[in-house]
Amino acid sequence: MATGHFKEGIAGGRLSSEQYADNFSDLHPPLDHHEALVESDRCYFCYDAPCMNACPTSIDIPLFIRQISTGNPIGSAKTIFDQNILGGMCARVCPTETLCEEVCVREVAEGKPVQIGRLQRYATDVAMSENKQFYPRPEPTGRSVAVVGAGPAGLAAAHRLARHGHDVTILEARPKAGGLNEYGIAAYKSVDNFAQAEVDYVTSIGGIEIQNGKALGRDYQLSDLIRNYDAVFLGMGLGGVNALRADGEDADGVTNAVEFIAELRQASDLSGLPVGRRVVVIGGGMTAIDAAVQSKLLGAEEVTICYRRGQEHMNASGFEQDLAAANGVTIRHWLQPKRVIAEGGKVSGIELEYTAMNGDKLAGTGEMLMLVADQVFKAIGQSFVPAALNGSGASIELEAGRIKVDAEGRTSLAKVWAGGDCIFGGDDLTVSAVAQGRDAAESINRALTSNGRA
Amino acid sequence: MADIRNNFVGIKSPNPFWLASAPPTDKAYNVIRAFKAGWGGVVWKTLGEEGPPVVNVNGPRYGAIWGADRRLLGLNNIELITDRDLQVNLREIKQVKKDWPDRAIVVSLMVPCVEDAWKAILPVVEETEADGIELNFGCPHGMSERGMGAAVGQVPEYIEMVVRWCKQNTRMPVITKLTPNITDVRKPARAALSGGTDAVSLINTINSITGVDLDSFAPQPTIDGKGSHGGYCGPAVKPIAMNMVAEIARDPETRGLPISGIGGITTWRDAAEFMALGAGNVQVCTAAMTYGFKIVQEMVAGLENWMDEKGHASLDDIVGRATPNVTDWQYLNLNYVAKAHIDQDACIKCGRCHIACEDTSHQAITSMVDGKRHFEVIEAECVGCNLCVNVCPVENCITMEPLAAGAMDQRTGKPVSPVYANWTTHPNNPMAKVAAE
Repeated sequence: MATGHFKEGIAGGRLSSEQYADNFSDLHPPLDHHEALVESDRCYFCYDAPCMNACPTSIDIPLFIRQISTGNPIGSAKTIFDQNILGGMCARVCPTETLCEEVCVREVAEGKPVQIGRLQRYATDVAMSENKQFYPRPEPTGRSVAVVGAGPAGLAAAHRLARHGHDVTILEARPKAGGLNEYGIAAYKSVDNFAQAEVDYVTSIGGIEIQNGKALGRDYQLSDLIRNYDAVFLGMGLGGVNALRADGEDADGVTNAVEFIAELRQASDLSGLPVGRRVVVIGGGMTAIDAAVQSKLLGAEEVTICYRRGQEHMNASGFEQDLAAANGVTIRHWLQPKRVIAEGGKVSGIELEYTAMNGDKLAGTGEMLMLVADQVFKAIGQSFVPAALNGSGASIELEAGRIKVDAEGRTSLAKVWAGGDCIFGGDDLTVSAVAQGRDAAESINRALTSNGRA
Repeated sequence: MADIRNNFVGIKSPNPFWLASAPPTDKAYNVIRAFKAGWGGVVWKTLGEEGPPVVNVNGPRYGAIWGADRRLLGLNNIELITDRDLQVNLREIKQVKKDWPDRAIVVSLMVPCVEDAWKAILPVVEETEADGIELNFGCPHGMSERGMGAAVGQVPEYIEMVVRWCKQNTRMPVITKLTPNITDVRKPARAALSGGTDAVSLINTINSITGVDLDSFAPQPTIDGKGSHGGYCGPAVKPIAMNMVAEIARDPETRGLPISGIGGITTWRDAAEFMALGAGNVQVCTAAMTYGFKIVQEMVAGLENWMDEKGHASLDDIVGRATPNVTDWQYLNLNYVAKAHIDQDACIKCGRCHIACEDTSHQAITSMVDGKRHFEVIEAECVGCNLCVNVCPVENCITMEPLAAGAMDQRTGKPVSPVYANWTTHPNNPMAKVAAE
């Protein structure tokens, strides 16, 4: 066993290389052919299936599962991609336990749902491994659409627009496309560089150009896009990270969880990625879980999630909480950060205050708790940064700090649509972003064409 | 404790579970293993006449269909009768019978349809002191092309003739094994009885092709790109076999003729069902070929437990108990009315009952009530067809509830009649028998 485990401070090389490889292997290994047949046979092919209604992209789940069971994984993949071109990633990262699998009649009956996510991965893996493309690129319409952000919403919009013959330019601030699929998902949920493989698969329809390193507000303005393209789709996600509002949070060793997760995904050598010996994660959502579990997997000795409300209020699903617990993460509730304690500028601990509901308001009780920590992750949510939108021209209407859209994804500006985490009403799910991107693309197509003709 | 000892046309065995004439009973090695495992008897794999043995294809001999998790549901085989030397088989039969005197050994036979061939083989089999013979008139592949097996079993006159030859030339009990590849199984059974058979056994295997390789367009099992219909057996054939057993058991012309039931028997329950329909004992093959000989332990214990639980002391208490309840459609009570009922606590809301009824039956099950997903029988539309019960994945969630006499049938708007009435007297029947004035 590597002795790096007990190194004080934030350090890399805590584990042996085999342990890193093992810790960051596929969380849910793919089903093999026989397993997929057996699992698909468990599906009852429900009438007006609850799973299908629970899927934000409305994939015809009973049909795709039946196609697997009859030895037609390619047809199954098409059923999935018809509704969700990022069905491969969604199969890996969807919180199925709170979506399709939660309402599976076998979950209701036996507490053991059909493993819809893993079946979806099986079918999409088959099609993608054969690079089976289902959607021919039609004659170009001559219309061009700018898509801001190459995340799930942008990619879904771009693919659907390309299917309709429009030329799409995706402008992406980061060096790689994929958005949170590339930078924001725990590494063990998307192994083997799947996010990039999926970007390649989606864009190989043709008619989609991705320009990396192009940030809205820095390299170009929204008004430029409105002027130069027939339509614009905004899918840039959330740029800001909420502050702890605790004293001393600028100390060395206080890190944004999303940056840590992104860094981990991009690391070519995990042993070179430093992590604290004693880590505290502040937050209660998926990001908190991803940061905490991965800290543990990188060899942190002690990882504690502190959440300011109760277990029942956590955004992280029960499955994710169990995953954290199974990896040795301690989850503590009713604690809010008050003060980051630093020694020589570096974090040495965090002081938290217990909380309780005071009527319908959360309030500190005055009782304090000290946790020793050499690293503190902030995972208390992200926020939309509207500044980039307002470089020039008319400003776009916001609602509760995010872009306001109508049912079709239209913003307050003509020719501008939006979807994904940057819009109001988004639920921070990859699959919802895909649905919004897809539906906005259909709306754009209707606007750019007459009766579907350019 | 229930007594499950079996006496079938004078052949005694410690239980009613015999292995059918088939690959598992081809030689002493297998049969001894079967007896050690607890099988009550075997029908030794079919012997042919003296001379060069038949040859088999050099693989594959079997095809199959599967359910989920590759559970074998149906098996097909194109293996012929024993391809071992007659004398070797006879020697082994004699030795095994000597070593296992309490177990039944019946020898299956198939020789050309001429009296001399039968006259030649009967004494040499008799000499082994086997308990009886079974005439293989069922084998549907290969041998039938040479005028034996099913080629005989499909012609009642031949059956009667050969059975008579056998009865005239041996003291051994004769069991005539019937092929299901005919239109009316009662005809060959009657012919066997006319020839003097002591019993019939059925069914032999059913002509079948288990699949087609869609790359080579070859039927399966495939031998060098070609296939031939083989004999189908296993759980999939059980309903067909049971009907044939029942048809013979209830036929006035063959009533009382002992029947050895064969066809997809896999569990004690299957065996009990065959026996209830009139089989005096049962023969098993595919289940043993799928799981090995140990399954007989489950069969013996299961049959005993069930009989104890129901108070059946011996096999005589169960054989044929269901036979009187098998009747013609025209005698079914048309005044009996049942309605489906869905247990809402057991319902998992998969909706299969609804869509089956809505798309393919009588539009008698809701999918939505007061804006909620809810499946409920609309009694005014329900004809009691039972399809919903059959498609429901939850056992006992949907049940057929008979309406009591006098209760209102909401579909017809009439009260249920307490009187039995069938088609023969129904006013819609132009051939109705009307009581004489």
